[in-house]
Amino acid sequence: MQGKRPLTRFKGADSLLSSLVSIGAGLLVGLLLLLIFNSSKALYGFGNILFSGVRSTDRFAKVLYTAAPLLMTGLSVGFAFKTGLFNIGASGQYTVGAVLALVGAILWQLPWYLCLLLAIVGGALWGAIPGLCKALFNVNEVITAIMFNWIGVFASNLFLYNSPMMLASAWGAINKDRTGALEAANPGAILPKLGMDKLMNSNRMNIAIFIAIGFAFLMWFILQKTTFGYELKACGYNRNASRYAGINDKRNIVLSMIIAGALSGLGGGLYYLSGTAQFTLGKQLLTMGFSGIPIALLAASHPLGTILSSLFIGHIQVGGEALQPEFAKEIIDIIIAAIIYLSAFSLLMRELIGGLRRRRAKGQAVEADLGDIPPPLLDAEEEETIDLGKKENTI
Amino acid sequence: MMILADILSATILFAVPLLLVALGGMFSERSGVINIALEGIMVIGALMSFLVLRWFDLSGFGAAQPQLAVLIAILVAGVSGMLFALLLAFASINLKADQTIGGTALNMLAPAFAVVLTWAIQGQGNTTILIPSWVRITAASAGFADSEGFVLRTIFKSLYLTTPLAFLLLILAAFVLYKTKVGLRLRACGEHPQAADSVGVNVYRMRYLGVTISGLLSGIGGLAFTVAAGSGFQSQVAGYGFLALAVMIFGNWKPLNILGASLFFAFFKIIGSYSGSIPFLPDFKNVRSSEYIYLMLPYIVTMIVLILTSKKSRAPKAEGQPYDKGAR
Repeated sequence: MQGKRPLTRFKGADSLLSSLVSIGAGLLVGLLLLLIFNSSKALYGFGNILFSGVRSTDRFAKVLYTAAPLLMTGLSVGFAFKTGLFNIGASGQYTVGAVLALVGAILWQLPWYLCLLLAIVGGALWGAIPGLCKALFNVNEVITAIMFNWIGVFASNLFLYNSPMMLASAWGAINKDRTGALEAANPGAILPKLGMDKLMNSNRMNIAIFIAIGFAFLMWFILQKTTFGYELKACGYNRNASRYAGINDKRNIVLSMIIAGALSGLGGGLYYLSGTAQFTLGKQLLTMGFSGIPIALLAASHPLGTILSSLFIGHIQVGGEALQPEFAKEIIDIIIAAIIYLSAFSLLMRELIGGLRRRRAKGQAVEADLGDIPPPLLDAEEEETIDLGKKENTI
Repeated sequence: MMILADILSATILFAVPLLLVALGGMFSERSGVINIALEGIMVIGALMSFLVLRWFDLSGFGAAQPQLAVLIAILVAGVSGMLFALLLAFASINLKADQTIGGTALNMLAPAFAVVLTWAIQGQGNTTILIPSWVRITAASAGFADSEGFVLRTIFKSLYLTTPLAFLLLILAAFVLYKTKVGLRLRACGEHPQAADSVGVNVYRMRYLGVTISGLLSGIGGLAFTVAAGSGFQSQVAGYGFLALAVMIFGNWKPLNILGASLFFAFFKIIGSYSGSIPFLPDFKNVRSSEYIYLMLPYIVTMIVLILTSKKSRAPKAEGQPYDKGAR
């Protein structure tokens, strides 16, 4: 596979293309809905979905602000997917991470970087439990994670209600249903803005998105370039085979869940240390954790793809707010759902796209290097297995 | 004594949606399709049936023929759940897509669709569809003069048509799964589809059947949850679909165990709301908002039981794998 390759030949081009096709089709569904519900305002609304996020710098700052925690939970879910686990517990991990970060910020008056560390610890702890239950007792990680989503929310609320210093009422506000504003409680815990807030004309702009992108690259490096990541992925593909090959599968399950949890927890920290959000107490699960699932799926769990998909989802979510009051902003969720549903057909689409390309390649088959032509009906899993096999030779 | 009757009654009320939806999940997974979309199917079932109930309420038909109206609403819930589940079946059976992906999409789609539709029907921002008062079966409407005896109170404190129906469906489900040819074939497709295919069972058709049954039961479960929760349809079912998934695993993919698991979970859920009136329960006087301790209880207890019984847990072997005729 050496030498020059056309852009369409790089690994993942097919997934990228099929993702783009799904996005286009999903947006079309959205347009259709807008037309059905209020045809006179439909085009105006659709324009808002597409362009409202880039119309001004402060809107764009909001896109980045929304995308940072989405990216972290997306990475969390995607990382677990890559290692063969379904982390539906991102919501609980996100909550516990957020609360621990706020405890560090308000109760212990720590600087922001230590608060982020606490967020990571909190998320990792909440991720470790499903991992341990699966590794030691063979309890399905999905069910444990669902249980610990709720336990996380209730435990956080119980703790916050019993720590009056954490609540806004202790910091010069009257609300008792949310944590204190960081501006009043501990300005040192607010993520640095590096002057970007003035540049973008929005106090939502801070370094969160850059931290999140940094972690995306880190995850890509761990998964693709380290033995550790290779072992995790091998466990995901075939637990028995990797155990036979001498990989400690139980340890790897626990570690994957700890890392996935840490990523979600950091997402919670990044969002609530922005200084513009206050943690509201309630009996509902935070949806941010569940948004990680579509983001990971849209990116086919690729860490770098997750950057793009979280920016996209953040973008149309900000666009969705501009839809109101003519339309319900839930139309955005329908669009995202349609995109995910269609991307579930990615195998089919990849076959179609691959088939088209092969037909074209046949014409030039004489000069084409045989190794360069993708084998027929290559799905993601086979593609990766080949990749793994290659790596095995180099180890 | 009356408190015991209330607790029993509420336990059954909340066990019913868990039971129905977990049975639905069981049919789907026993046929080899992981149905993570239970939550979304519940929302659609509840949405459609509540639109029907609302219409009956406005037209006066509901007040005249209450239980007939509820029965029609239940049918609507079941059928709309089935239709919605077909989306999952198509993606995961015909197109061999990843089953969790399709399910996640449907879970996102359902509440959003419900909000958009209730907005369109009830007007902007008005997203709650209230429960008409005639839906509940009271002792008076069933022909009893007073409802203060222990048994009557247990039965009629909060009785809806969904409750007796759920127990009928449970018996039917157990019968179909274990005593009929279709049930045997369905289970075979979840364990070893290639083997089932080799003896002439149509794997695709069996899996379609499993997913549609799960849609039917979860749709009705959505209605049952919304009447149990009591504050009307608000485009969500508070995570009950996922809980039902847990109950299904807890119940080891077997109908009677699922009944036990859903009663167990519902009991621990209810006990918290009655903690103040049960004398022997600690009331945590020096803890603020101690209701959260009881809210956590069912989840923690379920986890402990799962850990203790995990050795016996056994999922259908082929669940989650799209059936590919050409696979070796």
